[in-house]
Amino acid sequence: MTAAGDRLGPTLFERSRPGRGGGKVPHPPKDTLSRIPSDQLRAEGPNLPEVAEPELTRHFVNLSQLNYAVDSGFYPLGSCTMKWNPKVNEWAARLTGFASLHPFAPDELAQGTLQLLWEVEQWLAEIAGMRAVTLQPSAGAQGELTGILMVRAYHRSRGDLARTEVLVPDSAHGTNPATASMAGFATVSIPSAPDGGVDLDAFRAALSPKTAAVMITNPSTLGLFESRIGELLAAVHAAGALAYMDGANLNAIMGRFKPGEAGFDVMHFNVHKTFSTPHGGGGPGAGPVGVGEKLLPFLPVPRVLREPDGLFRLERPGERTASIGRVRSFAGNTGVLVRAYAYLRAHGASGLREVSDDAVLAANYMKSQVTGVLDVPFSRHCMHEFVASSATLKAQTGIRTLDVAKRLIDYGFHPPTIYFPLTVEEALLIEPTETEALETLDAFVQALRSIVDEAHSDPDLLHSAPHSSPVRRLDEATAARQPNLRWRPMTGRQMPCPD
Amino acid sequence: MAYGPHTPEDRAAMLEAIGVSSVDELFADIPADLRASDLQLPPPESEVELTRRLRDMAGRNRVDLASFLGAGAYRHFVPAVVDELLLRGEFYTAYTPYQPEISQGTLQTIYEYQSMMAELTGMEVISASHYDGASATAEAALMTCRATRRERVLVSHAVHPHYCQTLGTYFVGANLVADEIPLVAEGPAAGTTDLAALERMLADVDRPVAGVVMANPNFLGLLEPMAEAGSLAHAAGALFVAVVEPVSLAVLASPAFYGADIACGEGQPLGIPLAYGGPYLGILGCRESLVRQIPGRLVGMTTDIDGKRAFVMTLRAREQDIRREKAASNICTNQALCALAASIYLAAIGPHGLRDVATLGAARAAELENALAEAGAPRLHPGPYLNEFAVRVPHARAVHRKLLSRGVLAGLVIAEVIPDDPSLADALLVCATEVTTAYEIGEFAWALRDEIERGRQLILPGMADSHVADSQSAERTEGGAR
Amino acid sequence: MGQDLRYTKEHEWVRVEGDLAVVGITDFAASQLGDIVFVELPEVGRSVSQFSAAGVIESVKAVSDLFAPVSGDVVETNAELAASPELVNSDPFGKGWMLRIRMTDAGQVERLLDKAAYEDLTRVG
Repeated sequence: MTAAGDRLGPTLFERSRPGRGGGKVPHPPKDTLSRIPSDQLRAEGPNLPEVAEPELTRHFVNLSQLNYAVDSGFYPLGSCTMKWNPKVNEWAARLTGFASLHPFAPDELAQGTLQLLWEVEQWLAEIAGMRAVTLQPSAGAQGELTGILMVRAYHRSRGDLARTEVLVPDSAHGTNPATASMAGFATVSIPSAPDGGVDLDAFRAALSPKTAAVMITNPSTLGLFESRIGELLAAVHAAGALAYMDGANLNAIMGRFKPGEAGFDVMHFNVHKTFSTPHGGGGPGAGPVGVGEKLLPFLPVPRVLREPDGLFRLERPGERTASIGRVRSFAGNTGVLVRAYAYLRAHGASGLREVSDDAVLAANYMKSQVTGVLDVPFSRHCMHEFVASSATLKAQTGIRTLDVAKRLIDYGFHPPTIYFPLTVEEALLIEPTETEALETLDAFVQALRSIVDEAHSDPDLLHSAPHSSPVRRLDEATAARQPNLRWRPMTGRQMPCPD
Repeated sequence: MAYGPHTPEDRAAMLEAIGVSSVDELFADIPADLRASDLQLPPPESEVELTRRLRDMAGRNRVDLASFLGAGAYRHFVPAVVDELLLRGEFYTAYTPYQPEISQGTLQTIYEYQSMMAELTGMEVISASHYDGASATAEAALMTCRATRRERVLVSHAVHPHYCQTLGTYFVGANLVADEIPLVAEGPAAGTTDLAALERMLADVDRPVAGVVMANPNFLGLLEPMAEAGSLAHAAGALFVAVVEPVSLAVLASPAFYGADIACGEGQPLGIPLAYGGPYLGILGCRESLVRQIPGRLVGMTTDIDGKRAFVMTLRAREQDIRREKAASNICTNQALCALAASIYLAAIGPHGLRDVATLGAARAAELENALAEAGAPRLHPGPYLNEFAVRVPHARAVHRKLLSRGVLAGLVIAEVIPDDPSLADALLVCATEVTTAYEIGEFAWALRDEIERGRQLILPGMADSHVADSQSAERTEGGAR
Repeated sequence: MGQDLRYTKEHEWVRVEGDLAVVGITDFAASQLGDIVFVELPEVGRSVSQFSAAGVIESVKAVSDLFAPVSGDVVETNAELAASPELVNSDPFGKGWMLRIRMTDAGQVERLLDKAAYEDLTRVG
């Protein structure tokens, strides 16, 4: 970090001085707005910051330098797949033909983008072994909602209104139960088996004519492949329910396991995980959904269709009446999908398989190195991520996983995902991805070793970590008790800028 | 592999450390009968081949026409500094700021986004952003049901049809009811929400209303009687939701001014590329009393243990990773990078610049109105508008297609999006912004006059032919879809 | 922790004052939740049934339902908690009280846990 970049700075509002900035847009004729009734007009202009371009640029450049990012270092964040974001993807999304195309452009003006979307659908369907894919959902969570709404529509189309429950293992992402609720289902939480896998007997006991769907993350959030998935799927289908696969962990299994072939009826993809589109500090993503034969009629509108003459078009309103309808405006997060397409094409069949192989290899390598440093509760081979735990360390030294995570920041690493899954005490979920060099993996393990030593020799150093970051641990209680969610003129007096 | 660093020696070293002889052994948990068939996909491409392919595909889109298309996504000038800063890897390759000590950049920019949107809308609380205008509107409607514990919302027919349809999809899942408020058919208020109808619908005591949702400007570009509608909603114990367009708020009355409880809308016009529909920016904000009903992330100002001012995600206990099936929404991302684009755009344009953008659009639109009226396409509705309006064009669909071949994208054929409303059957929705030129307006008007003239001369046969051709191609394509 | 209190398995406490039941959450529950930042209480006049959710307690990183230990009508809620939710952490059995319920069946209190039984529960849990 630069000398300027590691300090907090004023907000745009504190930098603002009346009369600064401007010059971007010509001035309009004076009486333009006189044709609009005055009660529809704003009496005073909005109090937005006035800053000139040099300070504006420095403001954001300096802020950017307060961030940790994939471009700056190792980000072993389990279940998030923080892999490299290829630079050519950014270039591609900014090509004028893609970036400037209006979403209501007639099909004949949009053949490039429509073909790209259609091809992404075909690629994803092949990777997942699904019959078809919709690219509409804006993010994984919206993909889940889309998938579960299709499940609802499927049962209703058969006149089966009794199916009101969705079964979810207790190790699942929180989005699974939240999605079931949004789609009007009750969630039944199923405890995990002692080996971390799905508890087949518990599932069998819970399956009933009330079960609409079972949501399974495979590989699981423990980084383990559900080896009894075949039996589970058979039981689900025998009960008349459908099987939803949370595709968050697809990065482990490309070319090795196709959920659709195995019997899953529906799954979502997280293109910002598996297909390298950037996380953007929390979004945007895209959450395509693949379906098997049963759910095909219910896909959201509009689908991208290829005509016999090779031209592409969007479905028209009312063309497919069984559809669950729209889940968003326009055709989807196309700008994100251009990046995913570039990634898919760069890898091809062999490259995608190699991605998963290397991701699994790197995770197992790290697991072998972390064993003996921290607890590693599940000894069998992992997929693309593995769970470690500070339970023993906590018992010996009082140092918690939170302290280990915060201390890793001082060593220059982003902490792994912590306290998830909820089923493992003091959990650290570590996902190295396939794009980190061996030296980086070794350096991270070495940092963990040093921290465990410090936990015994100087525990206070860990309790108060991080020490080297731009700010230290934050007062989250006050932030929530007296929320300050927007700048006001008095904010600066009450909480002055640190520098 | 395109981006992986591992050499054969690295892989051998890792396998040895693990104690296996091949990667295949690591996949032993996958049952033999469930192993994948081979991926039937093309081989990898080098960056040379890849860039050639992508440039070629982008080139097959036509973005060179004089465009008057808006309808929820708008062409605007974006200062060069916006993309320059968005390309900083420290922003776009960062994860969600769950570790605030090393995420102050993202956190402060979100706080600044919330603050600027609060200034524009007058709302006390702005979420860190939602997927798009449609999902933000659906979430706003769901908020009204949670806050009032009622199960029915009223949505104006003049809210963007995609938003209405999305809201409908969300509501079906939640077992809630959304009823449509009709529009005034004729007279000075034609095309705006029918307040008399709204009043009648609100008076149905057996079906109490949680929220009333209206857009300003509405989908047809018209300004709505928001203050009156808000009063009617409040008198019935309902909340009032305003769907707004952020650039217009530089000159139009803010949702807070006319008493809205919730404001939502599409943030794309604030420096975000059209990109065929996304990623965009869902704006969602509310009064302070509704803060615990708002879904999605919020960033707040606080201090660290040394007392230093800093920013952190707050009120997180409402979210899915903690509340699971009781969460306000399943949303677990925001559109952080798009919110950042909006913040940089607003800071670069400035408050006076934003006012100029909105006003210049209104000025160009007035010129467009005059030019089209002279060409034989008068406005469909008499009421005030800002920079978008509907015009009546005989055989709108066929004329629109003819104009494409003359280099003009003549807005939206409204019937393609709202097929079931006869009053909108032969109409185009057109808009102008600060990037619309007098030359483009002239081209449009000249070509339109020409097409309308030809239509008159050929009278019915020509148009009838093109209709037949249209329906034939529709049948053919439906067949092809199966 | 008072001898005169009764407890639920969900960590609410009840103190009987005539036909009213005063309700809060135990110090054990408050410390498990951590820094409490918001308490959502029912409107006065609402009738609640025993063991139904009557409110929500929110901390920085967790959310818990507040269950009514007895059936009855809510006659008063602790207005101070709106501005000072931290009272639940600092004085859970005193200033951190949450509800006053006019009981419809005083016998329900008798069937709740006594101090010894509740202490057993928290020791095991």
